[in-house]
Amino acid sequence: MQDAVRIAIVDESAARAAVIEEGLREAGLTDLHVFVERHGLAARIEAFAADVVLMNLENPSRDMLEESFSLSRALARPIAMFVDQSDEEAIAEAVDAGISAYVVDGLRKERIKPVLDLAVRRFQAFARLQGELAEARSKLADRDTIDKAKAILMKRRGLSEPDAYKMLRDHAMQSNRRIADVADAVITAEKVMGGGL
Amino acid sequence: MDHFRIGFLPLVDAALPILARELGFAEDEGIALDLIRDSSWATVRDRLVYGRSDAAHLLAPLAIATTLGLNRPAFPLSVPFVLGLNGNAITLAPSLAAAVCAEGVLEDAVTTGRKLAMLIRARADEGARLRLGVVHRYSSHNYMLQYWLRGSGVNVAEDVEILTIAPPLAADALATGEIDGICVGEPWNSVAVERGVGVIINVTSRIWLRGVEKVLALPTARAAAEPELIQRLVRALYAAGRAFVDPALYASNAAILARSEYLDGSAELIERAIADRIKLASGHAPVDIPDFMFQHREAANFPWVSQAAWLYAQMVKAGHVAQSAEGYEAAKAVFRPDIYRAAFAGTDVPLPSASAKLEGGIDAPLAVGSMQGRLLLGPDRFFDGRAFDPDALDDYLTQ
Repeated sequence: MQDAVRIAIVDESAARAAVIEEGLREAGLTDLHVFVERHGLAARIEAFAADVVLMNLENPSRDMLEESFSLSRALARPIAMFVDQSDEEAIAEAVDAGISAYVVDGLRKERIKPVLDLAVRRFQAFARLQGELAEARSKLADRDTIDKAKAILMKRRGLSEPDAYKMLRDHAMQSNRRIADVADAVITAEKVMGGGL
Repeated sequence: MDHFRIGFLPLVDAALPILARELGFAEDEGIALDLIRDSSWATVRDRLVYGRSDAAHLLAPLAIATTLGLNRPAFPLSVPFVLGLNGNAITLAPSLAAAVCAEGVLEDAVTTGRKLAMLIRARADEGARLRLGVVHRYSSHNYMLQYWLRGSGVNVAEDVEILTIAPPLAADALATGEIDGICVGEPWNSVAVERGVGVIINVTSRIWLRGVEKVLALPTARAAAEPELIQRLVRALYAAGRAFVDPALYASNAAILARSEYLDGSAELIERAIADRIKLASGHAPVDIPDFMFQHREAANFPWVSQAAWLYAQMVKAGHVAQSAEGYEAAKAVFRPDIYRAAFAGTDVPLPSASAKLEGGIDAPLAVGSMQGRLLLGPDRFFDGRAFDPDALDDYLTQ
């Protein structure tokens, strides 16, 4: 396709890069390449001759990449940050999502805007997924902690499993803490007292 | 309580905003300070420009470059307060360092510079130019390194390659041979030394003693809109500076900076920089480097317009900006002694009566004119003995 926009995705997180790549490909933006490896990044991007470079904001290579852009400016390949400085709202949204974009000068706004919007949505989706994953992990860890505390109480107090759980729950309610936190305290106490669990 | 956000990079010279928050100085001024850590100067700058932070711990030349619109649309920034002077070092891969100085000894910058120039020349002749890292195109690191190399006889444009490396990546880049040396702030030189992948051969205080380093930068429009809030912030940072240089607090300040939300590093290495005691090479004891970092005394935080002027001169020399009268005025106007003076009017903080001085003109401690308090300025020499007169830019550039 003659007027396809050529996109470079730069991200140290291969997983996030894949999520963004998939989104762009689904939208028919197939002339793209993902750059995960930091070494030789500037030279490889230059060789790829991208129209748009998408890069995560927390990427430590941003300063190095901007330096290389300012050098290539001398070679008449000017690159400006973001598509249109007047579109403050879109830029603020991108910054909030954690993305920066470099666009070759002269590329029309209507051709870049969809790429940026899509990248922003994908970044947001990835952040949401990560949040959900972290929550699921912490729930699993909580359940493990509670199981251990129940076992301690069953052994020490001769309680049944439901009673051990009830004890943890009642304590949590009285002290306005999470059950997992009370369970954690029980395990810590057991360790301090030299218990075998 | 006014909420205020300051962006920063994990460096020892981000100390004053961090201590202003942690030791309660911001709160004393009615400011709830939030600090936002990033991993590139580009992102610190972008958050500031797009209103996602209110002020930033920033490279002084980057504040000027952002105002002048170099490589991006111009966005006027103001600097009411200098966060510190000097504090950077130049670290070479151990095999190369052996060619320019005795390991573990900090020789004078003229001698080391001459030997480094010979090494650079020899490598250029072999067709294998030395690759030296700096932390940003528009950094005092870049300009002080280039000043030292040029003054030592190096043809910077032809014989050496200067490239950008983020501070946290410095030690790795030295280890893999991606670069042969780097000019970077602490604790990143010390990290390279501890890993045995670098040897410190010079410090920027031996290139330009009392040279301007990081600044507090904020949008000029913001400074105009909320002068009273900015004055309170400046006072909180000043109080943090006083705590930073208190030897009784070195260890506890280092422990605060080392926390995961700030530098996320070794308190021991951070304390070395705070105490001006730097280990130059692995296996050697730290040595005293007086005034390695200079964050408080002698009106160190005063934004001397002549310091912005010197940086502009270096930007012209490096080919980063085309010299113009308007550009020079705009660069100097970034530094705002007027805000600093307003913040401390009627206090016991010494205020210089001049806003500019002859940089590099002081050999021995000198009493200077002040509007209030007594002000003694220490030596501010450049390694080559030259001075910079901000009123004679053309002469300086053609010398």
